[in-house]
Amino acid sequence: MPDDAFAPRDWDSHPPLIAPDYKSTRLRGPTQPLLRVGQGPGERSGPRFDAGQLDPLQADLTRNGRVNGEPLGERIVLTGRVVDERGHPVPGTLVEIWQANAAGRYVHTGDRHDAPLDPNFTGAGHAVTDGDGRYTFRSVKPGAYPWGNHHNAWRPNHIHVSVLGPALATRLVTQMYFPGDPLLEHDPIFLATPAAARPRLIAEFSLDVTEPGIALGYVFDIVLRGGHATPGEG
Amino acid sequence: MAQTPSQTVGPFFAYALAPRQYGYPLPQLAGSTLCGETAAGERIWLAGRVFDGAGAPIDDALIELWQADAEGRYRAAPGAPGDNARDPDFTGFGRCGTGTDPQQRFAFRTVKPGAPDAASAPHLSLVVFMRGLLSHLYTRVYFDDEAAANARDAVLAQVPADRRDTLIARRAASPEGPVYRFDIHMQGDRETVFFDV
Repeated sequence: MPDDAFAPRDWDSHPPLIAPDYKSTRLRGPTQPLLRVGQGPGERSGPRFDAGQLDPLQADLTRNGRVNGEPLGERIVLTGRVVDERGHPVPGTLVEIWQANAAGRYVHTGDRHDAPLDPNFTGAGHAVTDGDGRYTFRSVKPGAYPWGNHHNAWRPNHIHVSVLGPALATRLVTQMYFPGDPLLEHDPIFLATPAAARPRLIAEFSLDVTEPGIALGYVFDIVLRGGHATPGEG
Repeated sequence: MAQTPSQTVGPFFAYALAPRQYGYPLPQLAGSTLCGETAAGERIWLAGRVFDGAGAPIDDALIELWQADAEGRYRAAPGAPGDNARDPDFTGFGRCGTGTDPQQRFAFRTVKPGAPDAASAPHLSLVVFMRGLLSHLYTRVYFDDEAAANARDAVLAQVPADRRDTLIARRAASPEGPVYRFDIHMQGDRETVFFDV
């Protein structure tokens, strides 16, 4: 393994590829074990996007979809740090988010949930982490919505989060949930995650991040694979 | 610190991750065309479908493509060491969903990559996402007209011989130029080899 290889995916942290209670996995998760091979230059490198290439407006989902007013819903500030397993910040990496609106409806044309669209909310945004690995979005809290997995199935409030990280090997797509959501214990996607790792998917409410009179604050730190050893570290 | 768990990309990623392809008026950071007019190398298409365990084509998968340029160089971060060496008209990164083609195909317009090092044949790296996939998957696309290079590729050598074929794209002519066809099978007799890299 080259010196600049990334630590492997920790399968005690990630859900299995077939989790029968989440029905769609049954025909879509591969049945053969993943083949463990070394990382080539293509896995140790990866796409980059600089802050200068992006429109800062796209980090504010309360503004980037406005047509004739403000989006409805409970305003939130979502912030956190992207770090590696050593706790070192991952600066300058792309974080993309997407979510349902406050009524639990996605802009996606395939979403047939009978809940209103919000003409002033798209629910998509992106940002690049700063030198400390920090990202910050403004949005509204997404609503829960029903889905067809089983009778009376509802997804908990969640925001989809995509992170590139420093290399293809560190790619991560996840979902961030909200503390105290009673739907979590009924959600087969959340529950597919090993129990010990589930708390890492739940944001923390923070009064420090909360902006007085404006928006509730949530903190969601993201830990990516590996990180290179630096001289002097054991 | 322990890794943040993966979760599925879900069915509704398109307006965020591939908005232009799907017709949403939102900014798109990466699409299915990786090369500009002046990029060096042979222009190729990579096209295929993604099949589930029942043999049905999947219409809500997202494929990410990362590759070296025609000289085998991966694009480094702007300003980073090695950045001067890359082809300025080639991003190396693309995204394509399977939800806009009537036959559920993905199709990338790119250049055929060079071999990145002596131990590797020319190849493309794919990352596969979809509803029902709780963690993204990595696979590689090799080329059927690179048999000699494939024979010395260190990763292909670790793939059981009877499954190597799942990683080989087939070249065909088309009115739009050469197409490499590469289908992805999530399960079944032809299940694609996915890597834990």
